Amino acid sequence: MSLGVGEPDFDTPWHIREEGIYSLEKGRTFYTANAGLRDLRVELHNYVKRKYQAEYDPDKEILVTVGGSEAIDIAMRAMLDPGDEVLVPQPSFVSYVPCAVLAGGVAVPIDLEEKDQFRLTPEKLLEKITPKSKLLVLPFPNNPTGAIMTRPELEQIARIVEEHDLFVLSDEIYAELTFGEERHVSFASLPGMRERTVLINGFSKAFAMTGWRLGYACGPENILKQMLKIHQFAIMCAPTTSQFAAIDALRNSDSDVDHMRESYDQRRRFLLRSFEEMGLECFEPLGAFYAFPSVQRFGMTSEEFATRLLHEERVAVVPGTAFGDSGEGYLRISYAYSLKSLKEALGRMEKFIRHLDASV
Amino acid sequence: MREKILAVMEKNSRIDIKDLAALLGESEVAVANEIAEMEKENIICGYHTLINWDNTSEEKVVALIEVKVTPQRGMGFDKLAERIYQYSEVTAVYLMSGAFDFTVIIEGKTMRQVAQFVSDKLAPLESVLSTATHFVLKKYKDHGTVLCDQIQDERMLITP
Repeated sequence: MSLGVGEPDFDTPWHIREEGIYSLEKGRTFYTANAGLRDLRVELHNYVKRKYQAEYDPDKEILVTVGGSEAIDIAMRAMLDPGDEVLVPQPSFVSYVPCAVLAGGVAVPIDLEEKDQFRLTPEKLLEKITPKSKLLVLPFPNNPTGAIMTRPELEQIARIVEEHDLFVLSDEIYAELTFGEERHVSFASLPGMRERTVLINGFSKAFAMTGWRLGYACGPENILKQMLKIHQFAIMCAPTTSQFAAIDALRNSDSDVDHMRESYDQRRRFLLRSFEEMGLECFEPLGAFYAFPSVQRFGMTSEEFATRLLHEERVAVVPGTAFGDSGEGYLRISYAYSLKSLKEALGRMEKFIRHLDASV
Repeated sequence: MREKILAVMEKNSRIDIKDLAALLGESEVAVANEIAEMEKENIICGYHTLINWDNTSEEKVVALIEVKVTPQRGMGFDKLAERIYQYSEVTAVYLMSGAFDFTVIIEGKTMRQVAQFVSDKLAPLESVLSTATHFVLKKYKDHGTVLCDQIQDERMLITP
């Protein structure tokens, strides 16, 4: 049994799939404009403005990419000179460091801590800034910790970013999946940040379209223009079928997304209550679909715990160290599963933990 | 809270109250009370099981009958509906807008049995003008659940 996926358990809403199928039936199998179908870019402009209060010109400041992944890669390739330092808060998604290195940059991890609810603090950021710092990656809501950052916290970071003239890559792929009182605040919407931020988002998580490979980058023209150059030579354009489906997704999916978010929220609560009952400490995740409980009290490393859990109870989880050294002592547990699957897997975990506690 | 409880229970009537409370972030007591209230108020009217009889060896036939009636003095729609739904073979009676008045759903062992019921018991009712019997040949989806496909999780087991 796995609790290790990084993608939704929902199928892409049927009306979106229908649009994709229809576009194939109509023979829309050609290249699109490099930057993406204009209709899609216009819808993205509307969507980003409506949801995140950030406005981008569809003709010059929006680029449709092959997933958020491509956007991360080309943003770094476009912005980094050899030796430029990229500040990467960790634990976070596995791609930032490799992409920075591949682009000739130097990755500088910032070790986030549970006591700060895995949020980026001004102190931790200032500690790692050097004259060579070029780019700050802001991965919130966060994979694997489920952490979010609130407006006041982001504003504090914004001040430092401005003072030290940094660029920011804000990976907001989980923006639609936030729970509790706070709604997601896009870093690009903060005063003074638009001109130095590449906002990255996509269709994978919010619309359950991981396999469609569709994402987008929004940013000031001078940066996006360079990203477009790389994109047009390396990729030509993002998949056409996905783009047509995405137009429908942006226009007609509010209730689907609300329903999925509500489902995730319910499972999140279920997971946290289960952790409580089995004596597994976990700070409350307010975003994405992951929980990051601590296994420190068992005196094992994350990897040891995960390996033993796999062998003894046949449950797969991801050790926190997969996401950075500061993930040591933690596990990433995904709740992108049906209640039935969660119950079964958590039941086995509980058995494992009781066993460990008993043998002490 | 009610709508959320109903939304979950509609799909999963057997859910543990403990789990339901966890999903909704409420206490078990509060949820149990709310459910009891809704049962009293006839909002929750029953807990049934969705069975795909085609996968068993039991003989079962379902028919959908369009019934046209002429309501008489002292025998309005409600009364007529009552006379129809009292039969145990009748699993549903709906008052409809449009070309006919009642949809009546009947379950029997064989087509002949159902046809016999319609001709002996339903059609002769006073006020019934005409009936049109349609037999269900195959159920694809019922009560929000797809009956044919098995849901498989085909995702790769671990992804970043």
